[in-house]
Amino acid sequence: MCLALPVKVIEVGCGPAGDWAMVDLGGVKKEISLALLDDVQVGDYVILHVGYALSKLDPEEAERTLALFSEMSESVAAAS
Amino acid sequence: MKYIDEFRDGEVAKTLAFKIARLAQPERSYSFMEFCGGHTHAISRYGLSDLLPPNVRMVHGPGCPVCVLPIGRIDMAIDLALHQGVILCTYGDTLRVPASEGLSLMKAKARGGDIRMVYSTLDALQIARDNPERKVVFFAIGFETTTPPTALAILQAAQEQMRNFSVLCCHVLTPAAISQILESPEVRQWGTVPIDGFIGPAHVSTVIGSRPYEFFAEEYRKPVVIAGFEPLDVMQAILMLIAQVNEGRAEVENEFARAVSRDGNQKAQDRVAEVFELRREFEWRGLSVVPYSALMIREKYGSFDAERRFKMDYKSVPDNKACECGAILRGVKRPQDCKIFGTVCTPENPVGSCMVSSEGACAAHYSYGRYKDMTP
Repeated sequence: MCLALPVKVIEVGCGPAGDWAMVDLGGVKKEISLALLDDVQVGDYVILHVGYALSKLDPEEAERTLALFSEMSESVAAAS
Repeated sequence: MKYIDEFRDGEVAKTLAFKIARLAQPERSYSFMEFCGGHTHAISRYGLSDLLPPNVRMVHGPGCPVCVLPIGRIDMAIDLALHQGVILCTYGDTLRVPASEGLSLMKAKARGGDIRMVYSTLDALQIARDNPERKVVFFAIGFETTTPPTALAILQAAQEQMRNFSVLCCHVLTPAAISQILESPEVRQWGTVPIDGFIGPAHVSTVIGSRPYEFFAEEYRKPVVIAGFEPLDVMQAILMLIAQVNEGRAEVENEFARAVSRDGNQKAQDRVAEVFELRREFEWRGLSVVPYSALMIREKYGSFDAERRFKMDYKSVPDNKACECGAILRGVKRPQDCKIFGTVCTPENPVGSCMVSSEGACAAHYSYGRYKDMTP
């Protein structure tokens, strides 16, 4: 029910009120509402839920989490 | 897809499993509740339980909106569709939930009810615009993730002065449900679910932030780790919870920092506060009546409230006697402990709501885990 997906914003300022965006979802293009988010730029990744962008993805935080995983691979490799 | 595939890497999962096994102390046992159905689904789908040592157990929580929706609420929606002549718009999740008299929304549709599955509240609004002579009701269920889109729909309808659109509001609140699990007398009485920590919701938390969980960490001394819905997110959260338990810490940590901040989405929270207020009480399947655990539409937007408009009253309806959904939703029983699991009750013919949604503990176990239980 709370299913939501990270999608890439490829166009902003769409729709009658200008608060819609075109997003790319693994090759599928879809118009979504940005009414719940401010300052969304083309190229941003947002979390899409039932037609609305709920939050922006922070690429630096994502990198940090991934780095944490790989850091661990190294420490495990070193330990074994 | 970016931000999904990296978080499903099998090799990294093995590393995390190794790390978890090393950190978990053999002399103690760890029980963590994943509150959200999204996590339950990920744990079953990716077989994460099999990657955990035997003394680390995941208890499935009640965070599946379809599963906690009581029969009486579905009955109200069916009544609107069959007897009030409305177009009832609903998310697909609710269609197969069993209601009174052997009905479900799907069966009510077969009996001629005008019930339409929508992806978004935007679609429900469009149906109302396209059918000005018909009354259109949106059946709104879900936790904090799904509430802001409903709030926006009501604000939009108000702005357009739509007279034929209203909402049957069944939105519920995550923190209230967690409190109920920690506080409810049944859980104390059963005494069989010692929960050492929680995996906190992913997308609910994008809206409400991590701050609301600080209360549980402080008041109940339970660690909370907010995690994304991908398998590596869940594994990492389990690792962080074990570390907290070992070190005697009870803090809120955020594994899903790529999408969740401490304060959440303020704009979404403002829209929700504008349209909704706390409901004095709401019945949950499995948790019974929980005070201040749900939302209702404010008087100001009362003309968009289907309960006011159609003068509806909620009537509580007991669950099927054989169904163990109540105990499963509280974490005191597992799906396979239910007598009718997988025999009478299947995803094709669900008796209880936990078998309906793919996020329900029973449906998730049926789809991905049940063969493990079979003895040759």
